[in-house]
Amino acid sequence: MTGRSARAKAPGRRPGARFRGLILHAIVIVLGAFIVVPIVYGVLGGFKDNAQLTANPFGLPSPWVFSNYTDLFVSSSFWRPLGNSVLIGVSTTLLVVSVSALAAFVFARFAFRGRELIFTLFSVGLMFPFAVAILPLFILLRTFGLLDNPLGVILPQAAFGLPVTIIVLRTFFRSIPREVEEAATLDGCTAYGFFWRILLPMARPALATVSVLAIVASWNNFMLPLVVFNDPDLWTIPVGVQQFQGQYSDDTARVLAYVVLAMLPALGFYSIAERHLIGGLAAGATKG
Amino acid sequence: MSAPKGVSELSPPAGERPGDAAASRAATKEAGTPDRRRRRERRRGWVTITLFLLPALVLFCLLVLAPIVIAAYTSLFKWNGLGGLPTDFVGLDNFVRLFEDKVFLGDLQRGLILIVLSLVIQLPLALAIALLLNQRMRGRALYRVVFFAPYVLSEVITAVLFTMVFSPTRGLANHILSLVGLDNLAATWLADPSLVLYSLFLVMTWKYFGFHMILYLAGRQGIPKELTEAAEIDGASGWKAFWYVTLPLLGPTIRISVFLAVIGAIQLFDLVWVLTEGGPIHGSETMAVTMFQQGFKRYQVGYANAISVVMVLISLVFALGYQRYVLRRDTEGAITVMRDQR
Repeated sequence: MTGRSARAKAPGRRPGARFRGLILHAIVIVLGAFIVVPIVYGVLGGFKDNAQLTANPFGLPSPWVFSNYTDLFVSSSFWRPLGNSVLIGVSTTLLVVSVSALAAFVFARFAFRGRELIFTLFSVGLMFPFAVAILPLFILLRTFGLLDNPLGVILPQAAFGLPVTIIVLRTFFRSIPREVEEAATLDGCTAYGFFWRILLPMARPALATVSVLAIVASWNNFMLPLVVFNDPDLWTIPVGVQQFQGQYSDDTARVLAYVVLAMLPALGFYSIAERHLIGGLAAGATKG
Repeated sequence: MSAPKGVSELSPPAGERPGDAAASRAATKEAGTPDRRRRRERRRGWVTITLFLLPALVLFCLLVLAPIVIAAYTSLFKWNGLGGLPTDFVGLDNFVRLFEDKVFLGDLQRGLILIVLSLVIQLPLALAIALLLNQRMRGRALYRVVFFAPYVLSEVITAVLFTMVFSPTRGLANHILSLVGLDNLAATWLADPSLVLYSLFLVMTWKYFGFHMILYLAGRQGIPKELTEAAEIDGASGWKAFWYVTLPLLGPTIRISVFLAVIGAIQLFDLVWVLTEGGPIHGSETMAVTMFQQGFKRYQVGYANAISVVMVLISLVFALGYQRYVLRRDTEGAITVMRDQR
């Protein structure tokens, strides 16, 4: 597209530059519209009734219909999945981060036979999405009696989150200078004390990053809750959205309102945790 | 993957293995002959290692590795998934059947089309926008947020939203086409077997291109200013600077983003399942969707697991091959972990 360097305002700017700038702006705006328009369509659509949606899918509602949103606000069909998603997301995150921190500590700062082999085993796990293991996982959970039980989602999610969490944390733990460890040891710190009192507090940014990654992965997970939870009271947001769409397939406006409400927590969380999310993706992608 | 090595450069000094620096040095404070002390250190090191590693190892083996091993084992049986273990051993019949199954062969073909489209359209677009947004321009921060926002939304929410967008009567797509006078292009985007795969690709682009853009932005910012400035002084500007300086320096990032796009396409499920369930007439079906249909809808668990095994194999072969032949030039590549040990 362009090879101009960041110093677009350099003195020797060619005459065509202004024109090119306009074209570039136009491209970005068109693409931005491609992203934004469906979302705006959803938000506005939630304020219409179906007759309005048919006559005028895009454009301001007239009159504004608030009932689609307000109905959801007073029903459990939105709040219950929201609560379940929060509960499952937080539990998964706590579990995977604590377990991974312990393992990453060992991988980063101990030398022992078989270390790289075990570590490779974990990193191969990066290749496995739920899809390839979902059937046997389902059968295992059925055997353990964990179907229709939040643990049936929390435990596998934590397990599948281990590879990326361990890899990012190990890289970070390795970057903490050995001098810190030596100083701590001289002051009488045991390995455990060093881990708990020094390494973890120092690793707070990395812990935040992997926590954000874990909670987003859990929040968006669909396949596992779909097969584990038969009981509508346990549905998470993605399953709730999908089932709601099935139930009200003729009521487009209502489904749009639900989709928009379901977007809000994710977008809100993104606005708070943006730095950690993006940093985590970059680290997860390059290091993992 | 290579054999385990005892000590890496970043680990504690070689004299102290096995065991860790902290524990062993703490132990030096205690009295005892060197021999006894070393034995105690060694034991204490192993106890710490075991205790710290065990939870992760148990969780991982039980819920990630075991299911995949079970999948491989049960793929050799004709099994409906009920009862205890499968008994009806059929050897590799499920795999033979797979490669005679038109739906599965179609999955492979559709997967390939999605990969090619991603590599030819989605990633170059993401790269272009990333380079654009790397320049000083008004509203840059806002554009970044906007382009990345879809990535935050779950696949399900995206898919439900787009079933509405593509709806023939109340949908946005046809409405916009009629607004700009292209009524004759209006279509049943998700119900037309010849069109549905491209509609799916459009949704994938909407959802994922911001992610690749962020990767490229991060990569671009990792290129030292001096290099681009030097190129400019040497008279390389515009396309030249892009082609000879920026692009090669972005190499590692591009190779990772290609890797992630391919793996993502191989494993695609959520979007398709909610958007179309793979239909119409398998027009948008992926391997994962076929697997899910066979396993959870038709109770052909043995056969479905054969599909899982093929998915794992394709992913692994691709990952290892890619790493061996493509990523090897990068000092820090994707799945570096596996490289680290060489």
